[in-house]
Amino acid sequence: MSSAGAAPPGRFGELRLDGVGRRFAGKDALVELDLTIRAGEFIALLGPSGCGKSTALNCLAGLLPLTTGSIWQDERRIDTLPAEKRGFGMVFQSYALFPHMSVRRNIAFGLQMRKLPRAEVRRRTEEGVRLVQLEEHADKLPGQLSGGQQQRVAIARAVVLEPSLVLMDEPLSNLDAKLRLEMRTEIRRLHQSLGLTTVYVTHDQEEALSLADRLVVLRHGRVQQVGTPEQLHARPVNWHVADFMGFRNLMELEAAHVSGTGVDAEVAVRGEGLTLLGTATAAVSAGDRVVAAVRPEDVLVVEDAGGDNRIAATVEVVEYQGRELAVEVRTAAGRALHLRTERRLAPGDEVALTVERERLLVYPLAPGEQAPAPLVDAVTT
Amino acid sequence: MSLTVERTDPTPTGPRDPGLSHRLAERGIDRTLLLLLPAVLFVALLFVYPFGYGLQLSFAPAEGGPLASYAAFFSDPYQRNTIWITLGLALPAALLNVLASVPIAYKMRGRFRGKRLLTIVLVVPITLGTVLTAQGLLNFLGPAGWFNKAVVGLGLADAPVQLVNNYWGVFFSLVITGFPFAFLLILSYLSGIDPTLEQAAATLGADWTQRFRRITLPLLAPGLATTFCLAFVLAFSVFPSAVLVGNPAGETRVLALAAYQAAYEQYDYSLASAIAMVMGAVELLVIAVVLLWRSRLYAGSTGGKG
Repeated sequence: MSSAGAAPPGRFGELRLDGVGRRFAGKDALVELDLTIRAGEFIALLGPSGCGKSTALNCLAGLLPLTTGSIWQDERRIDTLPAEKRGFGMVFQSYALFPHMSVRRNIAFGLQMRKLPRAEVRRRTEEGVRLVQLEEHADKLPGQLSGGQQQRVAIARAVVLEPSLVLMDEPLSNLDAKLRLEMRTEIRRLHQSLGLTTVYVTHDQEEALSLADRLVVLRHGRVQQVGTPEQLHARPVNWHVADFMGFRNLMELEAAHVSGTGVDAEVAVRGEGLTLLGTATAAVSAGDRVVAAVRPEDVLVVEDAGGDNRIAATVEVVEYQGRELAVEVRTAAGRALHLRTERRLAPGDEVALTVERERLLVYPLAPGEQAPAPLVDAVTT
Repeated sequence: MSLTVERTDPTPTGPRDPGLSHRLAERGIDRTLLLLLPAVLFVALLFVYPFGYGLQLSFAPAEGGPLASYAAFFSDPYQRNTIWITLGLALPAALLNVLASVPIAYKMRGRFRGKRLLTIVLVVPITLGTVLTAQGLLNFLGPAGWFNKAVVGLGLADAPVQLVNNYWGVFFSLVITGFPFAFLLILSYLSGIDPTLEQAAATLGADWTQRFRRITLPLLAPGLATTFCLAFVLAFSVFPSAVLVGNPAGETRVLALAAYQAAYEQYDYSLASAIAMVMGAVELLVIAVVLLWRSRLYAGSTGGKG
């Protein structure tokens, strides 16, 4: 693992993005990104497509000039350097392997560009080949490899230089589900063994949560939240982030009663024929429009229909997912809710549901802000 | 004989026919092949037959043995030299067209404002006939043309520079008419190379010369070879400009001109056909050399989409 003390040349203590922004043809793709990356950290930039995460990565790599802001490697400003002078490794979504070079020559390319002695190039290339277990394929052209093998070559090519920062742009999105899981473990294992500082772009929240030390959630080019996987998983800062982090059930309701003040106050929310107790994530007062968010796995099926926080609903769609079922139910008011349960439910079953107060997060809705998923399909069914 | 009789298909004729047509269809032989018929007829009538006729004619001179026309061509230095004159024009012109296209196309492969206009300007010479180009060259580069007036007026030379009615006139004409073809072809080859390959090379520490030399050029080389072949063939059959802006009696007496003179001034069709055959053979030789070199290059996917 890298320590601050005997850092090899090119290594840094921290990398600071200072108000980084990028415009394309008058449209903001990335606005005011402030982020400090510590050496050895694994950062995931997370967000839906078009949120600016790839723009941020390309700005970091030097493939896109910044419109505003600056990037600092310790006390050295680097956003004015071209990509080839930054010494960052990058793994592209399309892998971008050189099609006319063998696996070995692909991996050796960066070492040769550094004008290292021939013996060292050879030694480190072989190390790289071994690191991603491609010894048998080292003399093949990329076109003769499978997607997963190409991905491994791309990773080896980037990390063999021992770059001060590795950038990965959705590296797993072109792989099938099984390979994706394997490569995810492999990337995590590489990060643990080499300790390379990594910035990883993805739209897959599960991938980001499982890989990263810290996550940066972006939306419309703006940072929504920066935090550890636990923080993001448990407490998204707004309902957009909640939506993205797997809170599939978002209900627009009204705050009826607030006990306590500020964050963590107990809020009673009402609407659509329901009254539920939840936890405020920000200051909420009675009468406010709010969004109540809950994960499917936190919606529980219970026997008794009486008691607090009860929702009566009818099962509509059941998806078999091994030990559990993913179930879509509909409330009397026509609101679709998603839940996961081990009970063997069938379409048409009447069920009573409950949500723990701590698991129902209540987000204030700004005046005029569009509510998530309004009850449109209630009319059609 | 008896063996084959024993081995005939046990099932009688009826169900065998669909099986045969199915097997043929799997090898790509079915009725859609009939769509090729017009093209095959066209090639046969307009290429194979005239070529065969010319070949036959070249071996049937009015006097002497079957090789007399070839002997006449190769034994006469005035005739023989036309090969070198034509190669001396076509090879440098094709090379220049290809080499000049590469940097321009390289700069123009991305999107930028005014790209369409620039492309039009670069491609317009295609639409100009050779005669119009020659006319323009005579007016512009001739002894009383703007160019020489400017050169003399600025005191760069005492007398007008001779740029037409010699080698250079034909050379300029070949560059003007051949460049757009080379440029368009190379632009499309370059656009087929995935730009993220160069980005990847940049993140690996390669500056732009290294990126061009190690990534773009090797991927482009097969395209360059093909483009060179086409540009060369185009330039090799030069005829009108050799007469109009060249010196058809001397330094630009090209093969096509020699064949024309044999046919329509000396009425020796056999010699003319022989010259045409020599022309074809030289072209094939050059193309074979280039393609042989090309076959040793990487020629697979260049990562581009489409």
